[in-house]
Amino acid sequence: MDALYLMFVDPFVQMADAPDFFLQVLWEGLVSGVLYALIALGFVLIFKSSRIFNFAQGIMVVFAALTLVGLYEMGLPAWVSVGVTLLVMYGLAMCVERVVLRPLVGQPDIILFMASIGVTMFLIGFGEFVFGGENKVMITEALGIPTGAIELNPFDGFVLIEEKDLTAVIMAVLLVLGLLLFLNKTAMGRAIRALGDDPQAALSVGISLSQIWVLVWFIAGVIALATGIVWGARAGVSFALEVIAYKALPVLMLGGLESVAGAIIGGIAIGLLEKIFEIYWGQPLLGGNTETWFAFILALVVLLFRPQGLFGERIIERV
Amino acid sequence: MVVQTAARQADVGTSNVPGEETILSVNNIEVIYDHVVLVLKGVSLTVPRGGIVALLGANGAGKTTTLKAISNLLQAERGEVTKGTIEFNGDKVQALSSNALVQLGCIQVMEGRHCFEHLSIEDNLMSGAYTRKDGAAAIRRDLEMVYEYFPRLRERRRSQAGYTSGGEQQMCAVGRALMSRPEMILLDEPSMGLAPQLVEEIFEIVKKLNEQEGVSFLLAEQNTNVALRYATYGYIMEAGRIVLDGAADELRENEDVKEFYLGVGGEGRKSFKNVKHYKRRKRWLA
Ligand SMILES: Nc1ncnc2c1ncn2[C@@H]1O[C@H](COP(=O)(O)OP(=O)(O)OP(=O)(O)O)[C@@H](O)[C@H]1O
Ligand SMILES: [Mg+2]
Repeated sequence: MDALYLMFVDPFVQMADAPDFFLQVLWEGLVSGVLYALIALGFVLIFKSSRIFNFAQGIMVVFAALTLVGLYEMGLPAWVSVGVTLLVMYGLAMCVERVVLRPLVGQPDIILFMASIGVTMFLIGFGEFVFGGENKVMITEALGIPTGAIELNPFDGFVLIEEKDLTAVIMAVLLVLGLLLFLNKTAMGRAIRALGDDPQAALSVGISLSQIWVLVWFIAGVIALATGIVWGARAGVSFALEVIAYKALPVLMLGGLESVAGAIIGGIAIGLLEKIFEIYWGQPLLGGNTETWFAFILALVVLLFRPQGLFGERIIERV
Repeated sequence: MVVQTAARQADVGTSNVPGEETILSVNNIEVIYDHVVLVLKGVSLTVPRGGIVALLGANGAGKTTTLKAISNLLQAERGEVTKGTIEFNGDKVQALSSNALVQLGCIQVMEGRHCFEHLSIEDNLMSGAYTRKDGAAAIRRDLEMVYEYFPRLRERRRSQAGYTSGGEQQMCAVGRALMSRPEMILLDEPSMGLAPQLVEEIFEIVKKLNEQEGVSFLLAEQNTNVALRYATYGYIMEAGRIVLDGAADELRENEDVKEFYLGVGGEGRKSFKNVKHYKRRKRWLA
């Protein structure tokens, strides 16, 4: 009886009792959620246009953040460092296209996946070689990211919103909106969607695979830099940053590998749910630290019932 | 549609009708799939500028392979041109990517239509303009032109292509190719899976595009009957070789063609190899 009460009644009683705290939990969940969504979007774009499950996305976050901080430490002004890091990510996209994707075109998916693991290993080695292996601090202040906190007082209680987190959310939302606009309103975006739908037909109308691949890997690089900055501002810049990208995996399982909407909704849903579960179920009942695995279990359960993910693109069939 | 320079015109070869200018010539090509399967065994054909040429033959004869060899789409299927040359407007084009070839004005409409099914009809059409650099205004003008040729596409322009009918998808595929401003369209089995009346409608539009926009066509068809009514010249393929060619009206009157491809006469299709009075032509030796 007692256990059942703790599981099914008490959490909701607490939510109702302290709605301001519940809002705080939602906010924290949202912060991670939008970042998961952003990263998942990077995965989806690469998968749709080249059928590669990009294992390197996580390490790209670390690599971008390391490059940014490293350049700043070498004496470049903060925003110049951002610009140069973007150039580096573009260079990386071109190298990946030239050295990995182009020679492997038409190979089985598993080979491409292995190739992306190769890219990961290269980036780990290269990053350590150039910038050293020790942890760094994100140049939050130099970039002008505010570090104070805003206090809100809903329901006569209070919610604390860190300005760092607010920056993260705003930036992620802007990037996601920007990407959606790009995909839906520009010729290049249309070509990315076309390639995802039917690669052969895309080739036949003259869509250049090389151009699109460089573009989507560059987009993934921009996403990596953005997440690296805001997540690095919370947790420092180290190879542990990689972990945030792996949180995109359950998002992809939930949202479907090919669905842009799935990535966004799935990312936010997982961010919110894992936080709520941690606070109201995980900590009181399971000793906490459930955030590391909750999302994966959730995704597995969903997959049992819907193998294509919650938002997998509807497969159009007609004869 | 592109203006030719005088120099370029000078070395353009002649086509099957003397005095006509050639836009495409395929010279004795061989195609191998997967490094071992020899599928085309020396195919030669020419298309005159402004012509409609039909490439006919039964299932597996090699029509699609020929078109893909021309448009450089074989690589994605692990196929390769191992012999022979392909010239478009007098330039050798085998080494080009499909992207470059589309920019030169030669585009393929693939067998089975291949629309981007999750994209709207209009997005499908616009994606055909990927290689163009002449500005949004010109592209919009051509979109209007496509809608004029295919009024049905205008009605369905917001629909997802995957949910439109087979006929609409075929129109969409042709319209999409038009958006690249081609001089030449390689059209693969436009009649596939369509009701006779729709087939007629599609071919009428092909004819109109040919006459009014000056687009040359090489069309692969199993539907010999319709194809030979609209084409000016025809090639018949069998097992990776051209076994017969001639002006369309001659082919229509040819006894063998009548018997084997037009369904006139008795015993159903046989191979040309079994026909006594047929002699295989080796055009490239002539
Ligand atoms: N990717 C491939 N790998 C190996 N063999 C292939 C491949 N594509 C086609 N072939 C073979 O090449 C031959 C010619 O095929 P092709 O598709 O060119 O014929 P087709 O004349 O277009 O036939 P259809 O009228 O059925 O479309 C066939 O025997 C086919 O099995
Ligand atoms: Mg075919």
